[in-house]
Amino acid sequence: MHEVSIMTEALRMAMDAAKSAGATRVLKLRLRIGTLSGVVPEALRFAFDAVCHDTMAQGATLEIETVPAACWCAACQAEFECENFFNECPHCHDVSGELRRGRELEIADVETS
Amino acid sequence: MCQECGCGSGGGDVKIGAHSHENEHHHHGHEHEHTHSHEHHDHGHGHDHAQGKQTLNLNRSLMEKNALLAERNRGFFHAKKLLVLNVVSSPGSGKTTFIRETAAKLGASLRVGVIVGDLATDNDAARLRTAGIPVVQITTGTVCHLDADMISKATAQLDLDKLDVLVIENVGNLVCPADYDLGEDLRVVLLSVTEGEDKPLKYPPMFHSANVAVITKCDMATAAGFNRDLALANLHRVSHHAQVFELSSKTGDGMQAWLDYLAKQRAAVNGK
Repeated sequence: MHEVSIMTEALRMAMDAAKSAGATRVLKLRLRIGTLSGVVPEALRFAFDAVCHDTMAQGATLEIETVPAACWCAACQAEFECENFFNECPHCHDVSGELRRGRELEIADVETS
Repeated sequence: MCQECGCGSGGGDVKIGAHSHENEHHHHGHEHEHTHSHEHHDHGHGHDHAQGKQTLNLNRSLMEKNALLAERNRGFFHAKKLLVLNVVSSPGSGKTTFIRETAAKLGASLRVGVIVGDLATDNDAARLRTAGIPVVQITTGTVCHLDADMISKATAQLDLDKLDVLVIENVGNLVCPADYDLGEDLRVVLLSVTEGEDKPLKYPPMFHSANVAVITKCDMATAAGFNRDLALANLHRVSHHAQVFELSSKTGDGMQAWLDYLAKQRAAVNGK
């Protein structure tokens, strides 16, 4: 997929925030990635070292928090975890397409010095 | 290797052009060398120690830049009373022929302009231009999808006031374009009868995100051994909300329903 451009954007946001806070180094980035985001964490890690090279984030660590996907069942008024876009509620077996979580591509926080 | 998705494809910079390759403007995307040597000031040790560790909370979407640009595009397109389609599919599903026939059959009733995205060559743009359709080619080089910024730059090369419908022919790829909103009104995914009925199950993010699904090359369905019921069942499973059309761009069968739908959608945009 397009992990390099996503990682480049994450680093840009991290460095902008660090500079605004008067920091000179980025030590750690924490991302939140949904299981249905279409982005592979391993590919993000691979891209991370490459995009950090020769920047204020060189040598920084990358922490990825995986967000499990969940659908909303209108009949049960409850969420249930799911592995895809089309899912049957495990309780009432209604099919739900209302994804509540799992598409996240977010930067949570950045540790600087 | 492709810098975006590691797909093994080579290439250069993104280029946008309405005519020939000679007068294309280079799109300066992510390809700059990042030499931030100016950032490494020679601070004294005392200074470094004074700067303690701190955690900055961001909680922002990594797609936010594209999302903002896409919304800007959408507002601009609405002000221009344009209906905008983002046409996506795997390579070879018949996007170019479908767009050409749509434009030809709409004729003077709705004027169509096209933005074409490809990794390399402007063959698709040339095919459309030959048919008399205003077209801008975006050659993405290494990038496996179009983004909102490329669309914004490409539209500057079209006379939008002379158009009613803007069709964006995305790069042939069912993975990456799914995540990039371009500011379109409708995302139209194509599935040809020669591709196999389980495509929607294999690429759920793309099919799930589509407003319209078009089954193309229906004139070849029998020869391809296409199982229509299975394909429709798979499609409805992933994108139960999508409007489905079955047609053949080549013979014109089924095209009228699609054209009527387009006219209705365009009228809705015009009323906004």
